Amino acid sequence: MAEDSVKLLGYWVSPYSLKVKWALKLKGIQYQYVEEDLKNKSPMLLQYNPVYKKIPVLVHDDKPLAESLIILEYIDEVWKQNPLLPIDPYERAKARFWAKFADDKCVPALVAAFSKKGEEQERAVKEARENLKILESGLEGKRFFGGETIGFVDIAAGWIGCWAQMTGEIIGIKLIDAETMPLLDSWFQDFLEIPLIKECMPPQDELLEHCKELHTKF
Amino acid sequence: MAEEVLVFGAWGSPFSRRVEMALKLKGIEYKFIEEDLTNKSPSLLKYNPVHKKIPVLVHNGKPVAESLVILEYIDETWKDHPILPKDPYERANARFWAKFIDEKCLSAIFKACWGACWGEEKEHEKAEIEHEKAVKEVSELLQFLENELKEKRYFGGETVGLLDIAANTIGYWLGVFEEASGVELLTREKFPKLCNWANEFVCVTAIKENLPPRDKLIAYFRNRFGAGNASK
Repeated sequence: MAEDSVKLLGYWVSPYSLKVKWALKLKGIQYQYVEEDLKNKSPMLLQYNPVYKKIPVLVHDDKPLAESLIILEYIDEVWKQNPLLPIDPYERAKARFWAKFADDKCVPALVAAFSKKGEEQERAVKEARENLKILESGLEGKRFFGGETIGFVDIAAGWIGCWAQMTGEIIGIKLIDAETMPLLDSWFQDFLEIPLIKECMPPQDELLEHCKELHTKF
Repeated sequence: MAEEVLVFGAWGSPFSRRVEMALKLKGIEYKFIEEDLTNKSPSLLKYNPVHKKIPVLVHNGKPVAESLVILEYIDETWKDHPILPKDPYERANARFWAKFIDEKCLSAIFKACWGACWGEEKEHEKAEIEHEKAVKEVSELLQFLENELKEKRYFGGETVGLLDIAANTIGYWLGVFEEASGVELLTREKFPKLCNWANEFVCVTAIKENLPPRDKLIAYFRNRFGAGNASK
């Protein structure tokens, strides 16, 4: 398919646009990437996502789509190679459940651990660790959520490992404990070692710098 | 093939009603278990240990939680009367608006109806300003849905679909919140299409049979959240 029929509006440090990049890469889809300046959003972004005015936005044949998990499902339905979601409806429901859990429960706790101080931070750290432990149960002892190869939940939530580690370094509190969450810890490590995953990641040192700078604002 | 379908829900919850609406639309028999949310059953806690919430669908012993996840499961398992369109873009669109309703609309509606009445007493003027802001926000959000409806009879087109079911909060519960709190949000003059849609929606058999009694629901919300945010 021609490269100009698929466009991704993203932001270099955003894990949400990273998820979409991973999905496109996994399926070998050519696309045009447009980096958005979030402090000065383009008219194109505002036109394509008038509801949230956020990245990522996937534009396919001039039709825009927003919300990363919805974009992932769309990509999976249009391009059938290297499927993200399993075939069985119950397994699909589980995958959707865990992707949603990661976004709704793990991420806000991590963000709070990063941005709050004192007692609020302590509570957030506790909550983040609890939710990560729950996420671990979703693995059901498998190597990846997708089984032997990565799937929907891995792409939706795999970035959390890197960000949680970075957050832990910056705030000086460990969030992912290999002792209490051994399976989750292995999963994050294995996921980040996959070549296509590694290739799309923003440069680690630049990412860390960016996060450190962001942290000083809190 | 013997099939067991259980739905754990609560009579007044739009979320568990969504599940029942979808099952009814597809003609699936199920057993409903009413949960006392102040005293959750061991079964509910077993089937949804992560969130401990309703609704939960249990199909042949396998539990599925989160109403929108359940709707997709129902559509993929029982193929009659599909609730999602075939086209991937249209499917993505339906999912987008369903998520929008759940993540943006509900909290805004609650805030507009009952926001300033929760918690401590606030100065009247400050509460008024916050109330106006909340009403304006709801108006903007409803406008998106009004535009999305276009000239269609239902969000799903000629028949009700996943988005119509997800919009049950707008189609029925919103009217209940308005009456319970005295705050007007979904006016016919601003949202003619949405009002027409709501009227059509509640007349669909599978939907109508799954709407909790209006008076009972109004009384419940008045009781729980107070007389509401209407200008005094």
